[in-house]
Amino acid sequence: MNSAARWARRIRPVFTLYVPVTPFVLFALFPLYFMLVTSFKKNAELYDVNAVPFLIGRGVTFGHYELLSKDTLFWSWFLNSLIVSLAATVISVVLGVLAAYPLARLKFPGANSFGVAIFVTYLVPPSLLFLPLSTVVARLGLSDSLWALVVTYPTFLVPFCTWLLMGYFRTVPKEIEECAMLDGCNRLQTLVRILLPVAVPGVICAALFAFTLSWNEFLYALVFVSPAELKTMTVGVFSELIRGDIYYWGGLMAGACIGSLPIVVAYVFFLDYYVSGLTAGAVK
Amino acid sequence: MQLKTLNGDVAKAVGRGDGQARALSDLLVRDTPVAYAFIAPAFFLLLFLVAYPFVLSVWLSLSDARVGETGAFVGLENFQRLLTSSIFLQTLQNSIIFTAAALGAKTVFGMALALLLFRIGRFKRLIRGAVLLPFIVPTALSTLVWWWMFEPLYSVVNWTLKSLHIVSRDIPWLPDPYLAMFTVVLVNTWRGLPFFAITILAGLVAIPRELYEAAESDGAGPVSRFWHITVPLLKPVLGVVILFSAIFTLADFNIVYVLTKGGPMNMTHLFATYSFALGLQGGQISQGAAVSLFLFPILLIVVFTQLRMVRRATTYE
Repeated sequence: MNSAARWARRIRPVFTLYVPVTPFVLFALFPLYFMLVTSFKKNAELYDVNAVPFLIGRGVTFGHYELLSKDTLFWSWFLNSLIVSLAATVISVVLGVLAAYPLARLKFPGANSFGVAIFVTYLVPPSLLFLPLSTVVARLGLSDSLWALVVTYPTFLVPFCTWLLMGYFRTVPKEIEECAMLDGCNRLQTLVRILLPVAVPGVICAALFAFTLSWNEFLYALVFVSPAELKTMTVGVFSELIRGDIYYWGGLMAGACIGSLPIVVAYVFFLDYYVSGLTAGAVK
Repeated sequence: MQLKTLNGDVAKAVGRGDGQARALSDLLVRDTPVAYAFIAPAFFLLLFLVAYPFVLSVWLSLSDARVGETGAFVGLENFQRLLTSSIFLQTLQNSIIFTAAALGAKTVFGMALALLLFRIGRFKRLIRGAVLLPFIVPTALSTLVWWWMFEPLYSVVNWTLKSLHIVSRDIPWLPDPYLAMFTVVLVNTWRGLPFFAITILAGLVAIPRELYEAAESDGAGPVSRFWHITVPLLKPVLGVVILFSAIFTLADFNIVYVLTKGGPMNMTHLFATYSFALGLQGGQISQGAAVSLFLFPILLIVVFTQLRMVRRATTYE
């Protein structure tokens, strides 16, 4: 009786928790699994309506990855994405740290209005401004260059970084900075030498999100840059692997896999940062 | 310069005690030139690349500009033309349906998932990590696999349904207007669900355990505890998540552009994709700008509500 009750207590969560959560996990993971499986399938199997689609039944092929490397500018797109994302991330984190510090710490006329302005721009979706921005980018002579993206990505990254870092800086006690200032450090020294080392998790979080958002960006990259060799990953795979009515599904899926890989790797290593950044963005 | 005087003040403050120390601490937070200098780079970036484009977008929408031409002021003509255009009215209707359906699905399933994640002990990190994945993978790329999954001839969804003898013929997911809308809502839900689940989960963690214990000792069952404790206390978090997601769902571009390009027969066009089609592909930049400005009212509503909520929260503290 006793052991039966204990067994029941141990088995119950399986039915009340793990069984109901399974459909959610499958729903989340299946498309990504299917992406991977498709990218390794031979065309003969891929386009056989009778083959079981879930598994690789007739041998693995790297042909789609080869096609991607040899017949497309895939690695240029990869490199472009990397350059743009790194540059935009560095710019945005630096500007974000600089703007977040006075907002979190100092009293000055206009502090409130600037805080609200940051919040409003944080909520502006890229699809509201892409048309006039394309005019601005053209006037600055940046159309069809990676600079167009390096300059425009910070418009949505800086508000995010500032917002996130402002919240983070507020959790750090003021006293250590005050001591540093009394010892003769100026503001910039205090910020760089005292506050930033304590706020490293917040900075990592901001950088990770900035990089992820830049890497995943699609609309600006589609609108501002048209030469094939200057495209970023997301746009290149989408627009260059579909030629008229011919879809290279194996190649598309291979491109999607490699295109997602850097983000997934970062995600696996920094899961907790992603979780905290995600909730901080909305809850604070 | 300033630091030296500060140091002098410190010596005095230390000598004179508490009130003076507070005055000193106040002195340390007043540094307007430095504050402006730190904020300047971000300020000018947002001024030139957000505020100015916004003003430009209003001007464009009131002009007859085309790509490469400046155009002349035409008043509200673009808006008048839009409001009598059947494609735009269809886009308006699509946007409402798309946003309402996707937000509804994400709220209900996000809540369910959050409640499960909250109680799961074993494999917690693994399961959380797995369900969060759709949110961080590039949407333009993950939507490609959804396209492949709903491809007319080789759809894995149709294959499964046929193998299970649920249907006998292929379902035209993307060619059929209503099913296409269902599909884009489904993909948007897939991508946005993790954000809802994780944020609601953070809200759940913040609810004091004692409330549940007290309710339980008063004889409240799980359902009544959910409606009388969980839901009311989650309301602020739910409000923020839904408002926040409302903007980005309504403004969605990637999913619709990759899956349907707004078709079939404009039945899945949203403001962003229609504005893209008009302004860039059609060259009518003024009309396109007018369409995208329809996103602005929802932005205003969300900003006002959120700011009011933030103010209320701070006054209660």
